[in-house]
Amino acid sequence: MYVAVKGGERAIANAHRLLAEERRGDPSVPELSLTQIDQQLGLAVDRVMIEGSLYDRELAALAIKQARGDLIEAIFLARAYRTTLPRFGATQPIDTDGMAIRRRVSATFKDVPGGQILGATFDYTHRLLDFGLVDGHGATPPGEADSDAGHVAADLPALEGRMPRVIDILDRDGLIEPEEPDSDRRAVGDLTREPVDFPAGRDVRLQSLARADEGFVLALGYATQRGYGRNHPFAGEIRVGEVEVELVPEELGFPITIGEITVTECQMVNQFKGSATAPPQFTRGYGLVFGHAERKAMTMALVDRALRCRELGETPTSPAQDEEFVLYHGDNVEASGFVQHLKLPHHVDFQSELVLIRTLRAEAEARAR
Amino acid sequence: MNAYNFAFLDEQTKRMIRRAILKAVAIPGYQVPFGSREMPLSYGWGTGGVQVTASVIGPDDVLKVIDQGADDTTNAVSIRRFFERTTGVRTTTRTDAASLIQTRHRIPETPLAAGQIVVFQVPIPEPLRWLEPRETETRKMHALEEYGVMHVRLYEDITRHGHVETAYDYPVLVNGRYIMRPSPIPKFDNPKLDRNPALLLFGAGREKRIYAVPPFTSVRSLDFEDHPFTIEHWDQTCALCGAADVFMDEIVVDDKGGRMFVCSDTDFCERRRGR
Repeated sequence: MYVAVKGGERAIANAHRLLAEERRGDPSVPELSLTQIDQQLGLAVDRVMIEGSLYDRELAALAIKQARGDLIEAIFLARAYRTTLPRFGATQPIDTDGMAIRRRVSATFKDVPGGQILGATFDYTHRLLDFGLVDGHGATPPGEADSDAGHVAADLPALEGRMPRVIDILDRDGLIEPEEPDSDRRAVGDLTREPVDFPAGRDVRLQSLARADEGFVLALGYATQRGYGRNHPFAGEIRVGEVEVELVPEELGFPITIGEITVTECQMVNQFKGSATAPPQFTRGYGLVFGHAERKAMTMALVDRALRCRELGETPTSPAQDEEFVLYHGDNVEASGFVQHLKLPHHVDFQSELVLIRTLRAEAEARAR
Repeated sequence: MNAYNFAFLDEQTKRMIRRAILKAVAIPGYQVPFGSREMPLSYGWGTGGVQVTASVIGPDDVLKVIDQGADDTTNAVSIRRFFERTTGVRTTTRTDAASLIQTRHRIPETPLAAGQIVVFQVPIPEPLRWLEPRETETRKMHALEEYGVMHVRLYEDITRHGHVETAYDYPVLVNGRYIMRPSPIPKFDNPKLDRNPALLLFGAGREKRIYAVPPFTSVRSLDFEDHPFTIEHWDQTCALCGAADVFMDEIVVDDKGGRMFVCSDTDFCERRRGR
């Protein structure tokens, strides 16, 4: 006699226990500490902070540990935590001119005021497995760089503690489209609080791209380079470093510094042939993410520029230029959930389909006879 | 779970969602955009339904959660436990004892009563989505009541196959105005939507939409005069309780093609068997 399967509750509890066991692995191997994850898997922590939209290294490390290194799962954990946090207010726009620079490169000029600073980068490393790291003694011992901290060329004259953006050099000569700051009174969009409405503002688009899956944005950005929405990019500047975060408390009325965050900023310079109303000049694509994530910032800038096609009078022809396509499909927490929900039982829908297909087949057979 | 508010969401968020629900009730079948939150369960697993339930549930509610008609499917168990932990409300499997029912893919066989609320989990809220992928376009089509493409699609199905090729999530016209997706319920359940005494709320979390069918609202499954809407029918009766005219689960009982049919609604079936 058939008895309907029962015991979902016990099965779930057992699944959780098994998961905890697999997460821990062999108990004779020392457990990972959050500090180890933060210090030695720092770029994974950065990615969880970026796509989790939550700047907190310790929580991101915890999420990575809990998710067994599955970064999309870790991002989900960070998001589900973030969603319950109260909003105290919005900070002032960060000033990346005032960044304490760790790395800064421009591909558009050989040298730039402030100099090119190579910093810590995988670029120019030979991707040879360093077997020395197996027992903790890599081929290159860690250490301080020389006193000029990786400057490629000699410093140009003093810059009064500021590091002007390379792109501003073009701006001064009117060779690139000007970019005016929004009024301070305009509220910045937040797609985690309000549903996206189309056409979306550039603020919402950039927020969406910053949170979007790195692989998704990378593929779209790459596609623009291969001709699917080509926009002739040059890496005007990529900079990584620390910036201060300022907030204006209502009771004070002036900005105070509430902390410091690491960000990666990318300014792309893109060709623009001009239109009936605008002379030929360069245009901009912008990328900004938490932590050190140049690949994400660069590809974000490519897709930002692609999404500006309508505003610049270009005919959209490719997915990267299609706002609905990009904004609706870039979020890996949404995508991962909906793809994996196919694991849930669908036997009622399937039964309906079975009934329909049997009816159609019976009718087709009757006609054939 | 003391660190979290009653029913997980903060009160401001619940108010925002209740405002969306009120708007949805005022315009039956219209999809109201809302600031869907990221929930501690996966998108596609009922985040919209959970947010709607969380914003209307009170300490005196009695909650029932079903998935595929059953109270004991894993995701139904998981969602019921979520609300047990975050609200402490009483739960039940009995349709007639529940004040609030969250469901995925079914409407209970036991008739609903005035005062009850049913919350449907919705994966894709837009009935025109497979005909037009763009949200900007479909919103315009709804605004202008431009539903010709849907009727053409149904017509083409009939001319090609003799039937409308939609077995679940069969489109309906609500209150004579908006075409609506009833969520992936089998079309067998569509007639239960019409003039139902309960309040029917639909939540789509990932797509950030809420819509509603208020009590006693007309809900018509789209059809043609010469091709009226029909529902599924089984020749068998339930192998456990003997019920006919209910939605059946088909159970594969061996590897030789053996089948048996049982009620999909586990509560209905158990009560007929006198348990």
